[in-house]
Amino acid sequence: MSTVIESVPVDFARQRDVAAALRAFMPPESVLFEREDVQPYECDGLSAYRQVPMVVALPDSEEQIQRILQTCHAKRVPVVARGAGTGLSGGALPLGNGVLLSLAKLMQILEIDASARIARVQPGVRNLAVTQAAAAYGLYYAPDPSSQIACTIGGNVAENSGGVHCLKYGLTVHNVLRIRALTIEGEIVEFGSDGLDAAGYDLLALMTGSEGMLAVITEVTVKLLPDPECAQVVMAAFDDVEKAGAAVAGIIAAGIIPAGLEMMDQAATLAVEQFVHAGYPTDVAAMLLCESDGVQEEVVDEVRRVEEIMEAKGAILIRVSQSDSERLKFWAGRKAAFPAVGRISPDYYCMDGTIPRKRIAEVLRRIAELERKYGLRCANVFHAGDGNLHPLILYDANKPDELERTEAFGSEILQLCIEVGGTITGEHGIGVEKINQMCVQFPAAELEAFHAVKRAFDEDGLLNPGKAVPTLARCAEFGRRHVHAGQEKFPDLPRF
Amino acid sequence: MQDIVDQLAHAIREAAARRTPLRIRGGGTKDFYGGPLQGELLETHAYSGIVDYDPTELVLVARAGTRLTEIDALLGRNGQMLSFEPPHFGDAATLGGCIAAGLSGPRRPHVGAARDLVLGVRMLDGNGADLRFGGQVMKNVAGYDVSRLMAGALGTLGMLLEISIKTLPLPRTALTLRREHDAAHAIELMNAWAAKPLPITATCHLDNQLYARLEGAEPAVRAAREKLGGEEIADGGEFWARVREQRVDFFEGAPVLWRLSIKSTTAALPLAGRQLIEWNGAQRWLAADADASQVRAAAAQAGGHATLFRGGDKRVGVFQPLAPSLFKIHRRLKESFDPHGILNVGRLYSNF
Repeated sequence: MSTVIESVPVDFARQRDVAAALRAFMPPESVLFEREDVQPYECDGLSAYRQVPMVVALPDSEEQIQRILQTCHAKRVPVVARGAGTGLSGGALPLGNGVLLSLAKLMQILEIDASARIARVQPGVRNLAVTQAAAAYGLYYAPDPSSQIACTIGGNVAENSGGVHCLKYGLTVHNVLRIRALTIEGEIVEFGSDGLDAAGYDLLALMTGSEGMLAVITEVTVKLLPDPECAQVVMAAFDDVEKAGAAVAGIIAAGIIPAGLEMMDQAATLAVEQFVHAGYPTDVAAMLLCESDGVQEEVVDEVRRVEEIMEAKGAILIRVSQSDSERLKFWAGRKAAFPAVGRISPDYYCMDGTIPRKRIAEVLRRIAELERKYGLRCANVFHAGDGNLHPLILYDANKPDELERTEAFGSEILQLCIEVGGTITGEHGIGVEKINQMCVQFPAAELEAFHAVKRAFDEDGLLNPGKAVPTLARCAEFGRRHVHAGQEKFPDLPRF
Repeated sequence: MQDIVDQLAHAIREAAARRTPLRIRGGGTKDFYGGPLQGELLETHAYSGIVDYDPTELVLVARAGTRLTEIDALLGRNGQMLSFEPPHFGDAATLGGCIAAGLSGPRRPHVGAARDLVLGVRMLDGNGADLRFGGQVMKNVAGYDVSRLMAGALGTLGMLLEISIKTLPLPRTALTLRREHDAAHAIELMNAWAAKPLPITATCHLDNQLYARLEGAEPAVRAAREKLGGEEIADGGEFWARVREQRVDFFEGAPVLWRLSIKSTTAALPLAGRQLIEWNGAQRWLAADADASQVRAAAAQAGGHATLFRGGDKRVGVFQPLAPSLFKIHRRLKESFDPHGILNVGRLYSNF
């Protein structure tokens, strides 16, 4: 947020040396270092953090990546890998003394094996492009992060991306079979297999969600699933958040795993309806969208049961999509939630915590209290089925202290997530954004174990250093500030 | 219960100080699996019991020594299950052993493996440090996914204390179809069916018969049955349990058993010996005292790996050897979680 990384002065001699070394085996237009050429890479989707990289490398083959890594390893230059730069936690924030390794040119779908239901792709292939290429075979790639038209598979693996459908179909980690990668030393490693498991430790799981800190991905084999025969969505409105939360629990308790189960609070519903006119009622406390997919008979049966539960839990309005276009219209609202909120506020800050489902109503109440405390509005959008919440804090960066208040508000939401037994990030990653909150979620011994994992892959700490896992020194510093701030505020209030 | 954890941690620290290998064991039902057993026994059975379970959260937290039978019974009463259908190989099987072995049953290709359902672990590392990774929520990308790393690590990186695991609803109806096919045709059909939106949750080819299990809402199962044809068998549930527990005749008469995990479309393997095919073709069992290098070459050729699952001469190595670059990472991970090299030494690879 406000903590823009301090700009590192460019070491011109080192910049020239590294660029020259890379240009020895890459064409000049693939190695950038002039200020105006590297400026576009200064941030990812979390634009509050910016840092111009020393050098940008744009390889177009695994061999070039290998030589870049060997060169950087030999010269002890840190490397930050980047896909489409759509990440929301600053995971691809460059380093002022490092090489920004863009994998955007590696965008070939190498193979679609329709009968084995797998696709082998380069890391720069866009998420949606995989599904589009598989469509001819009646297959698709299940993880569908909201940025799927732009985000890349390599980035998805690095962040273990989710999406609306991961409740039923899993996260990236459940949909990847094999990763081919290069270590910082330039050694080729393969994790996973063309089967459903591999010999040795499950390094495929370790690589997924590792935020580019363990190895650089050069090829990914993903699972493809058959297109569902049909899909229908139930839209239900509630006059009370508590009741909507109970309906979510009721659906799961009935043994239903919907393809998607999303929730929006009043602020989000209102913003969305004014923006896309999806047909949502605007005078309700919460809205649920529950999608069923599968074979016709299964969907008919499930939709009927979902309707019954919604009604039993006190929905004041229930509508079931009667056509695919109506289904898409219902979803259009949910999918436009972020831009819709962007329309009603100069700026917004998207959070990403996960909580146990049963605490949804309570957490929403506490967020409402925080809105009053910080004098800021917050619109809430949830992947309710798996308890993943995206509070959107509305603020105006041009007002002197709003950014600071927003940051403090966000930090309290994350700590609330930890307090109720959840986590500070469900799908956006830690990056630089939530690195301080890692100190709250994990004790020193666990953080040390994470550092040891990194050292097992990258002894010298050259791949994406400073992201995802805080140093113990940083946590000690954060802890002091944190306690200090806590002592200043409401020192007389009892805490329990 | 904390006193038991303290005792276990103390035992690990003592062993570390003396450089004495420890052999972590739950119910001992999978003693046959992995490299030769060595070290002093360190048992988990005292640390047992369900810590937390709320069916609407789809999460169960239990101590490592909890018996799978106890978990199955509790979940069953609540209309839920461990969806990866772990093989027990005996009533004494524990959750800790189940996750450490990382084995999954017939539903694996359809809902995921043991590692896919693990949400968090509490464990003791080789220094006796009490560590927690992951949690009890479905989506969690804070820190490296160390809890999934523990699934299938055979206790070589730490002793599991508690595991939180995702549960799923039991299917509302199930039936099993049988059709006569040779292996080649069965492999083709399994893969063709898997590419269609059908409610299939298990497949198996055994003795020239192809079996497929259909699960879900009753009308959906009925409709799929019409599409697929074949004869419905009477004791479907029992059949899949026997496949999972390796109690069908195929396994009973197999002193040496290989497991090949390969690309699902691979044609019937030209290896001598009887074969049983599962997981839409991605898991092949080979009952033969075959030449290890030949089996491993065939598995590698098919994009996968082979395990000397049961019996045979373990000196050839139980698991497929790793490429040097990959082995280096394994060795370093082992050294960081178990710096004194005392935990289940030799169970995964002979040199650590």
